[in-house]
Amino acid sequence: MDANPLASDILFSVGPLPIGRAVVTTWVIMAALTLVSWIGMRRAEVQAGPLQAVLEIVVETTEKQIREIVRRDPWPFLPLLGTLFIFLVVANLSAVVPGAKPPTGHIETPAALAAIVFLSVHYFGLRARGGVDYLKRYIRPNPLLLPLNVLAEITRTFSLMVRLFGNIMSHEFVLAIVVFLAGLLLPIPFMLLGIMIGIIQAYIFTVLAAVFIGAAVGGESD
Amino acid sequence: MTVEMLSIVGAAVAVSFGAIGPALGEGRAIAAAMDAIARQPESAGTLSRTLFVGLAMIETMAIYCLVIALLLLYANPFAG
Repeated sequence: MDANPLASDILFSVGPLPIGRAVVTTWVIMAALTLVSWIGMRRAEVQAGPLQAVLEIVVETTEKQIREIVRRDPWPFLPLLGTLFIFLVVANLSAVVPGAKPPTGHIETPAALAAIVFLSVHYFGLRARGGVDYLKRYIRPNPLLLPLNVLAEITRTFSLMVRLFGNIMSHEFVLAIVVFLAGLLLPIPFMLLGIMIGIIQAYIFTVLAAVFIGAAVGGESD
Repeated sequence: MTVEMLSIVGAAVAVSFGAIGPALGEGRAIAAAMDAIARQPESAGTLSRTLFVGLAMIETMAIYCLVIALLLLYANPFAG
């Protein structure tokens, strides 16, 4: 309970590069997701087997949700946003495995994910609308608002990072305090609440990333 | 009072008072969404998606207060 939530615990170091627990957990999650996807789609058939059917349902549901948010063809954004969502769900729920800690509860992982979202928003925006048209977004509706628009870019990336980190980390703290105060059965409802928080935060992160990308590329409706 | 004691008091004040506004705001937002779903149950999907995104936005204010409290407690530049 007296562990500093802002510092990461270092497991070992490769040369001058320290490797923390969150990074190792991330590697394990990446390997597990890659393995499951590879096994499921190794022999993709028209008559889908059980695992292939599950993967197809996940992809199609994500595709439908993102299509409703960006209001255009979601396939350019689906690899990024779908991977983000699946990774975040697994990472937030990794606390249910005994001994594992969610990597999103340390500041590095949400910071890296928010940086990816920040860069990909500009990438998709520039590719969809071209340089001048995309940059005109910042002087709209009035050139006086240019500093505010630039500031909004930074603060929304920062809040994307802090929201995920704060929710997951604070839930870990609450759980530690409850375990410290009272024993055996009382933490179970809090753990169930943690599963809900993890899924909702993964959903919110992905939806906000989709909203940012949708605003950058501009909907077909407007 | 030393800097450490002031930091602890500051962290407690930041979290407790910083939670009041977002709590009231989230209550209003959920009440309005319930009202809208009761009137138009067919638009529950769109409403709940927008509700979740809006709640995340409101909740960010409380999370900012939590981060300030954690900085005061664990990464205070003025305490030894």
